Amino acid sequence: MSEQHIRLPEGSIEKTTTTLNLGPTHPATHGVMQNILELDGERIVSTEQTIGYIHRAFEKIAERRPLYQITPLTDRLNYCSSPINNMGWHLTCEKLLGVKTPKRVDYLRVIIMELARISDHLICNSIVGVDSGAYTGFLYVMQYRELIYEIYEEVCGSRLTTNIGRIGGFERNFNDIAFQKIQKFLDEYPRVLKEFENLFTRNRIFMDRTIGAGPISAERALNYGFTGPNLRAAGVDYDVRVMNPYSSYEDFDFEIPVGTTGDCYDRFLVRNQEMWQSLRIIDQAFKKVQEFKGAEAEVYHADVPEYYLPPKKDVYTKMEALIWHFKIIMGEIDMPAGEVYHSVEGANGELGFYMVSDGGRTPYRLHFRRPCFIYYQAYEELTKGSMLSDAIIVMSSLNLIAGEMDA
Amino acid sequence: MALTNNYIKQKLTEKFGEEVTGFEEPYGLLTFQAPKELNLKVLNFLYDDEELKFRFLTDLCGVHYPEQQGKELAVVYHLHNLEQNMRLRFKVFTDSERAEVYTATGLFSSANWMERETYDFYGVNFVGHPNLKRILNVDEMDYFPLRKEFPLEDQSRIDKDDEMFGRGGAIGFGTEKTMSGTIAEEEKNNEGEEIV
Repeated sequence: MSEQHIRLPEGSIEKTTTTLNLGPTHPATHGVMQNILELDGERIVSTEQTIGYIHRAFEKIAERRPLYQITPLTDRLNYCSSPINNMGWHLTCEKLLGVKTPKRVDYLRVIIMELARISDHLICNSIVGVDSGAYTGFLYVMQYRELIYEIYEEVCGSRLTTNIGRIGGFERNFNDIAFQKIQKFLDEYPRVLKEFENLFTRNRIFMDRTIGAGPISAERALNYGFTGPNLRAAGVDYDVRVMNPYSSYEDFDFEIPVGTTGDCYDRFLVRNQEMWQSLRIIDQAFKKVQEFKGAEAEVYHADVPEYYLPPKKDVYTKMEALIWHFKIIMGEIDMPAGEVYHSVEGANGELGFYMVSDGGRTPYRLHFRRPCFIYYQAYEELTKGSMLSDAIIVMSSLNLIAGEMDA
Repeated sequence: MALTNNYIKQKLTEKFGEEVTGFEEPYGLLTFQAPKELNLKVLNFLYDDEELKFRFLTDLCGVHYPEQQGKELAVVYHLHNLEQNMRLRFKVFTDSERAEVYTATGLFSSANWMERETYDFYGVNFVGHPNLKRILNVDEMDYFPLRKEFPLEDQSRIDKDDEMFGRGGAIGFGTEKTMSGTIAEEEKNNEGEEIV
């Protein structure tokens, strides 16, 4: 037998490393993304990431849609905390249009945004647990994510891709059940979060798995464009809520937790601490909302007739309301020309919207600054030389959301 | 001293003279442009200068203006000075035929994928980029989809034979023509999963 029957790629016999495809549909990737790992035994020599599996061309689609129709697109960026994306988009539009929202709207938005942040951190941290072999925490906290989703449901009617709020405020006022559920969350969640921390924070096995896994220095993190909890875990106290307050965040009293080494353990701790801070903010916002009395307690949107749909009752009975309704729904309103960049503190970093308007009915160009698209580049640097099992934890502790990465 | 938009503008004009132009402040954010050959010089100056210290690249993206002859494509940088919390927007323009701009990856590691994305969408060729290939779209794609010459599909078109999405005819789903009548008719004769 002189003929070679199995054709091997050139150089594959001499090769001493192993190529491993982690993803695109591996359960540990938590989303559709591929990592081509080059392994020497169990050590990682190099990594190449492939993304774009669920690219849906949102930036192109947005160029043909009136502003209010872009909100559902933003839902699908970071779908673990879509209300923050929705609010970020509304705030961008409001900045472009020069809309000033009433304080009560700001506080209600803050409540919703912080609930979303908690639900996102909750998922991320419990997934880090799952990937290091601790399933209990994940199952246990799911109940409270469910409660958060029930609150969304009371406010806007949907749960995951929320499409919550409108330009100028909310589509309807919060009902009593929503407030009761927020109160219930505030009462019960601290105990649960404490218990969740007890399961992990000083757990020897968890500490051994996460301490020193995927560390990054503050300098490198900044160079890689890290934002959010991942940057704060490296020791930089950059938080958009404090640096460029939006939606009246300046009225609240809270702290920015920071880490030191930027490894998985620090990222975990920073997220946990942020949940406590979010609880503090919700508590304050909730009290502030209760203080509004009389007519003020009924305010749930700004007066923006060009973009905020009139009440249905008026549409059927009043001419002007009917005209506005028609114009808004058909997207027949020209927006002011200009360029605007607005960013909010998303659950995994600075979520920015860069909109160029030429004065038409749709944005001329809309670009989303998606935090995890930017910091996922550092994955190779974070995992080089570490074990394969660390690569999994690093990925889950970075809080990568495929929908946001691929837009 | 605290940085102000005016001070940054003054520093830039001192350094680059007439080359930096188009100073604006839309919504309070200092915006300016420079010739594309100077983009690295400007970025380096903003990065290194002891007072300016714009060392965080927030965002990098492209914009297409097909009606601007010779300056069709813009590359927009959003920079942030985290110490003093100042932001600015910096643009360079290039033509779409030979769209070449120097890469900023030497300065910011974060520029790597953002430039790949800009290349993917607009075909801006970042000279010196270590790995300039498509990132979100498939490698086989032979056009740059976010350019304005590729309009989105007209949603009211009726000529498209697209059975999967039920847009086969003007009447509605199920009326598409197949080999033996319409889909609706064919389904009537279909035994489905029944074993015959």
